[in-house]
Amino acid sequence: MADLSINFAGIKSPNPFWLASAPPTNSGAQVHRAFEYGWGGAVWKTIGAPVLNVSNRYGAWHYGGQKMLAINNVELISDRPLEINLREIRDVKRNWPNRAVIVSAMVESTPEAWRDIILKIEDTGADGIELNYGCPHGMSERGMGSAVGQVPKYCEQITRWVMDVAKIPVIVKLTPNVSSVVPPAHAAIAAGANALSLINTINSIVAVDLDTLEITPNIGGKGGHGGYAGPAVKPIALNMLSSLGVDEVVRKSGVPISGMGGISTWKDAAEFLLLGATSLQVCTAVMHYGFRIIEDLCDGLSSWMDSKGFKTIGDVVGKSLHRISDFKDFDLSFRAVARIDPEKCIRCNLCYVACNDTAHQCIDLVDAAGNRVEPYRYDLRSNGKHQAVSTRPQPVVREEDCVGCRLCHNVCPVDGCIEMVELPSGRPSITWDQLTKARPEVGTDWEAMKWYREEVGIDIH
Amino acid sequence: MQIIKPEEVLSEYYPPMSNHEALVEANRCLYCYDAPCTHACPTHIDIPKFIKKIASENVVGSARTILESNLMGATCARVCPVQELCEGACVLGSEHKPIAIGRLQRYATDYVYERGIDVFKPGPPTGKKVAVIGAGPAGLTCAGELAKLGHSVTVFEKRELANGLSTYGIIVLREPLEVAQAEVEMIQRLGVTVETQVELGKNLSWEEVKAGFDAVFLSVGLGAVPALGIPGEEHILDGLEYIEASKLDPHGMKIGNNVIVIGAGNTAVDAATVAKRLGAERVTMVYRRTDREMTAYPHEYSFIKNEGVEFRFLTQPVEVVSEGGKVAGLRCVRMALGARDASGRPSPEPVAGSEFVLPCDQIVKAIGQEKPLVAKLLGLETEKGFIKVNDDFETSLPGVYAGGDCIRAKGSASTVMAVQDGKMAAFAIHRKLAPSVGAAADD
Repeated sequence: MADLSINFAGIKSPNPFWLASAPPTNSGAQVHRAFEYGWGGAVWKTIGAPVLNVSNRYGAWHYGGQKMLAINNVELISDRPLEINLREIRDVKRNWPNRAVIVSAMVESTPEAWRDIILKIEDTGADGIELNYGCPHGMSERGMGSAVGQVPKYCEQITRWVMDVAKIPVIVKLTPNVSSVVPPAHAAIAAGANALSLINTINSIVAVDLDTLEITPNIGGKGGHGGYAGPAVKPIALNMLSSLGVDEVVRKSGVPISGMGGISTWKDAAEFLLLGATSLQVCTAVMHYGFRIIEDLCDGLSSWMDSKGFKTIGDVVGKSLHRISDFKDFDLSFRAVARIDPEKCIRCNLCYVACNDTAHQCIDLVDAAGNRVEPYRYDLRSNGKHQAVSTRPQPVVREEDCVGCRLCHNVCPVDGCIEMVELPSGRPSITWDQLTKARPEVGTDWEAMKWYREEVGIDIH
Repeated sequence: MQIIKPEEVLSEYYPPMSNHEALVEANRCLYCYDAPCTHACPTHIDIPKFIKKIASENVVGSARTILESNLMGATCARVCPVQELCEGACVLGSEHKPIAIGRLQRYATDYVYERGIDVFKPGPPTGKKVAVIGAGPAGLTCAGELAKLGHSVTVFEKRELANGLSTYGIIVLREPLEVAQAEVEMIQRLGVTVETQVELGKNLSWEEVKAGFDAVFLSVGLGAVPALGIPGEEHILDGLEYIEASKLDPHGMKIGNNVIVIGAGNTAVDAATVAKRLGAERVTMVYRRTDREMTAYPHEYSFIKNEGVEFRFLTQPVEVVSEGGKVAGLRCVRMALGARDASGRPSPEPVAGSEFVLPCDQIVKAIGQEKPLVAKLLGLETEKGFIKVNDDFETSLPGVYAGGDCIRAKGSASTVMAVQDGKMAAFAIHRKLAPSVGAAADD
């Protein structure tokens, strides 16, 4: 059995799964129940400045019958009185000494306001503080949340105020609503933050109602951008996480990163760990299915770690980061082609139409006699399942023309039916960077590119 | 004794799909390209297209997609042997459950009929007149397609109600009468005139038809259930009339307590279903061959077994046994399968000395239908008794076309085949009558 426990900047937790600062951690009763289910930690819903909330605050994006691929919200920070939150935090921590209780905070941008809230949080016995520099709606209009996270200078200033006071670990939570998360991360590190977390939610408008023409969700006839989260944002979060993981300043600082953004299953969790997260925060999946999902998050992760020989979470963290690369360093001579397994193929022809209409026209439909046939060419007088099935052609990749784009593999509904097979290209490895250093003209002049292609035998048609 | 309410026991077997069910099922469809379901459908409805329109909540567009290829889409959604056609060809069939194409088609077509939405308009008038003889699915389809192309069409129907076997011959369990009538009304709203209780050779002469119209489409179907040629046959009820009564006058029907249905085709199955559901204690289907040769579809066979109907295979009726003018039993002889006959099936032969009597108080026969009489009336060339047509559905009389069960010399008769005949014949008639716009219709 793998050891799932973590020590995150001094915050200990029996497993890496924390509830993110969000509606699931709105009250002591909720966090207490979550801990009973086995959550390793919880980041309390942000406390701080007084707020009022509105109805219809959660929107969602559904697709193809799948509910809530993403959620969008305009809920603000905790609207419960500060004193009640502080009392419940204290109670929970006293009852659950071995779980991580982190308190998210957001107040007016003054040293006094931050000093005051930090002292109050520390007084509860909480294990850590998360500075909410990410909330993209409402609070940002009041100069808090993402209004701070989007400006590295503010980020650094406020973090300094906090670090001057704080005795427990401080995590700076970053907003994804920036062109790069690296500068705000540098600012937080420069100010002495103990850890980083990302991503907060992404600016979004989730839908427009086609009957009423109102924005969805409709808040008294109005609507606006809200924070977007859930399975659909996972690839964005992974990219931002890895951008910190490969950054020299972040690496040298040694600050751990708490990863979040669409983690729904242990597989997602493992990917976040592999790209450099040490702790993992979950929100939308819990808002969809409840606290019970912690069981498979731990069980699945543990089984996977056992199967891979990873003994501790530390063994996994950042294991795939060295593979993150820029395009200029990819091997231009790497060659893969798609291969369709006719035994597994159900002949839906989705690969055919995708390749033929939108990719590189290298899949043929081949009949039983081995002849290439066009689609929709059956005799209109033929019908019935036997004729339809027995005369149905098989999609076959013309490997010599396949550029290995992988679209067919992606659209194929059958697992393992279309595999990308690595084939020797017959050319020595070379990256774009190496090529253009040796022959800069290839990157600026199509004639030079043509000569280069002819020289090494790259045929594009 | 339990009171049987026909409107309950014979009501449509499958409930309509809810919006949610339809969306979930539509989203399960992979949206195959050049899909096998479309090939398998005799009318080649673009099935992935209509299903994805349900998924995108464009249900009117979905119904239009269906009806573009098959004007009787609401009937076909219910009566098509989908296991043998579209659903049987679904690529998900091998490892998963095939998409419920029939039920989705019903969802989309019911949507427009329930809301009175017309998805087609009559075409600009061509000034050409076409007569359609027989208002079954083939005739209505041909009429509707011609009306869409701007021709003036009159349909002559000998019965009181139009839509042929959809109206009279398919039990309510599979298709309520209202569905068949909604299709008739839709065709009428395309400008087609439907004249009922008009029969060629009786109150309509061939001369009138020839003189009044530029082309004729014969969609007369087939005749009554043929005679068995056994003593006491006058006591045997006609299966099609039995089914008809269950639709039009179920309360007035007299159902036996111990009913024998002779035959093992889909009509026999329907007749047995009516008998069982309307209160017969025991229903036995008698067939001279075995379950391997029976013409009822496998899913119909398993359905009727679940209804509790019994089977006597390799059994041939030889005489109706009556007492005091009432049916008391059916004398039968056991059969053995011999050499293959013209239909390719082993020919049953009587086993000497094996006669026995099956007690019963009602006997219904459903052993096919008589060949069309109109062929003889008009002197048309025939093939095995069916009207002979060329690739354009034209008979041996120029300008006279035919389709539906009356030409079905090969293959099994079904609504969907009749619809395809009617559609193809309409396009052929259109090509002949309005050659300048012919190409547009030929798709």
